[in-house]
Amino acid sequence: MALLEVENLKVEFPTRKGVLTAVDNVSFNVEQGEILGVVGESGAGKSMTGAAVIGLLEPPGRIGGGQIRLDGKRIDNLSPDEMRKIRGRHIGAIFQDPLTSLNPLFTVGEQLVETIRTHLPMSAAEAKKRAIGWLAEVGIPAPDRRFDQYPHQFSGGMRQRVVIALALCAEPRLIIADEPTTALDVSVQAQIIALLKRVCRERNAAAILVTHDMGVIAETADRVAVMYAGRLAEIGPVAHVLQKPSHPYTAGLMGSIPRVGPRPERLIQIEGSMPRLTDIPSGCAFNPRCPKVFAECHRVRPELRQLADGAAACLLYEGVTP
Amino acid sequence: MNAAPIAKTGAPLLQVKGLKKHFAMAKPFLNRLLEGGEQQTVKAVDGLDLEIPRGQTLSLVGESGCGKSTVARLIMGLSNPSGGSILFDGADISRAPAGQPADIRRRMQMIFQDPYASLNPRWRVADIIAEPLRTYGMCASRQEERREVDRLLEFVGLNAKDGDKFPHEFSGGQRQRISIARAISTKPEFLVCDEPTSALDVSVQAQILNLMRAMQRELGLTYLFISHDLAVVNFMSDWIGVMYLGRLVEVSPAAELFANPQHPYTRLLLDTIPDLGMSKRDRQPAAGEVPNPINPPPGCHFHPRCVLANERCRSEAPVLRMYDGGVRASCHAVEEGRGVEPIMAQASAAHPLQAAV
Repeated sequence: MALLEVENLKVEFPTRKGVLTAVDNVSFNVEQGEILGVVGESGAGKSMTGAAVIGLLEPPGRIGGGQIRLDGKRIDNLSPDEMRKIRGRHIGAIFQDPLTSLNPLFTVGEQLVETIRTHLPMSAAEAKKRAIGWLAEVGIPAPDRRFDQYPHQFSGGMRQRVVIALALCAEPRLIIADEPTTALDVSVQAQIIALLKRVCRERNAAAILVTHDMGVIAETADRVAVMYAGRLAEIGPVAHVLQKPSHPYTAGLMGSIPRVGPRPERLIQIEGSMPRLTDIPSGCAFNPRCPKVFAECHRVRPELRQLADGAAACLLYEGVTP
Repeated sequence: MNAAPIAKTGAPLLQVKGLKKHFAMAKPFLNRLLEGGEQQTVKAVDGLDLEIPRGQTLSLVGESGCGKSTVARLIMGLSNPSGGSILFDGADISRAPAGQPADIRRRMQMIFQDPYASLNPRWRVADIIAEPLRTYGMCASRQEERREVDRLLEFVGLNAKDGDKFPHEFSGGQRQRISIARAISTKPEFLVCDEPTSALDVSVQAQILNLMRAMQRELGLTYLFISHDLAVVNFMSDWIGVMYLGRLVEVSPAAELFANPQHPYTRLLLDTIPDLGMSKRDRQPAAGEVPNPINPPPGCHFHPRCVLANERCRSEAPVLRMYDGGVRASCHAVEEGRGVEPIMAQASAAHPLQAAV
């Protein structure tokens, strides 16, 4: 059994103009110790998917259907109090901006000790020892001195290291990392990615890595899920999705990323932009921008279909002939 | 790679010599009274030399705080330099007040990073694009002005009818097209582009970058392009300048910089580019972060992070030196040939990076 099973997940936002569906019928599994990348452009629903799993959807957003199971037990219908016990202990979280995920009024040591003692039966002295151990583990020099410092005394990269220590200190088996490197400089980005990979591997923790950056996915993820307009377009092993994408959207996305090497005259571009949630086209959501579109695409909504390597939601793979 | 040596393309359109911008970091009055201490300055730009040949693109890359955006603001006259000169088509504009002299400022325009902040939300798009035309009195009548706005909207891939809308009705990519239409409305020769695609999604970024390349071909524009993304810079540039804490550490023809990076910091930056071919999955990234610019390390600013650093690097600041292939680098180790492969003059002919992509 997979560590995390997400089945037909739907996230909705009731508005005055009707209910908007931000995540629409998304299903995927995360295995023990596996890093699943969730990639997409802004508004694709990737952060919403992560927030739904960890139970931090901002109201009025709500889970409108489907199930989320951790170790076979449903967690999508828990009360806020029950969910709070899962969060931190079983599912850790890392967000984009390390400055807003740390409390500026407490030292990083106090924050670590608080998290450890909330979830694990430990004396204050033991928790302090473990917190210092964690600071060392995430590569913070002079951890016993840094233990008593406040977040503003840390640089951006060091702060994100503290956030990673906080997410992992209660030893959860799943981490949700939402754009963990986006706010960092490029040279620090590579360090944080390497750190995240190492600690996950050493603790056999699984991770859902939500990002818009294909480069981060290429270096980190085992499998990758590509989202478009709230739906899964494609999911599969990272090498396959990046190098031999099945879905025309993934192919366009990969072609539009500038690369190092011989300089082309033009980048491949996908015309237009992602539809707003208020006017998602009927049939396949990608059909107005798709270079391979045919008549059926405007009418039939493709389901995720298992292929030799991974799965894609595209009528090209459903035996529908153009 | 078509970056001809500067000598062949005539005088460069833009020439910057010894450009400096120092910011005073005054402490609050009470702290100064109680703690004393010296006045501190941040040398955001500290003696920058560069030139951009007509019709070509020079990109500045570097991490946050390296001074690349300050250079853009200084060139555009949005900020006064503390020293040095800026020559545009031979005329020194470094001491001229903002917007002056008008006949030169008309010929240089800027595209900003955030299209959500750079367009006035209360103005219609047609007025936003027409404002520079009015400032420089370029249209005789309102009809002529509107015709010109319609032409510009269509040129950047929007619809002439879009002129009657407000900025909030557009997506990020469309807004950046509006910014571009405004920037080219005065028929400039030179555009400063400060991270023009950093706020955009990749599929939209490709559209904007393609548009900018097409504009350069059709209108013969010269670009100063600023970005932290080396892959984007590779697509856009003829020349690349790498900045670190206010100084240029390397300026090279783009293909040369990627094929034969000289400065250790350039190598570090190139090494951080994620590889979509996944051959770098388990590399060991370089350690360290950019130090505080208020109190940069003495000598070469990069020495605490540099594997090649020695006593000379810690005490003496290196200067930009010319090497083969139009490469300029400021590094004692490169100069002395310490632990660095010699520059391969023939490397720009082949594409040694091809295998890695």
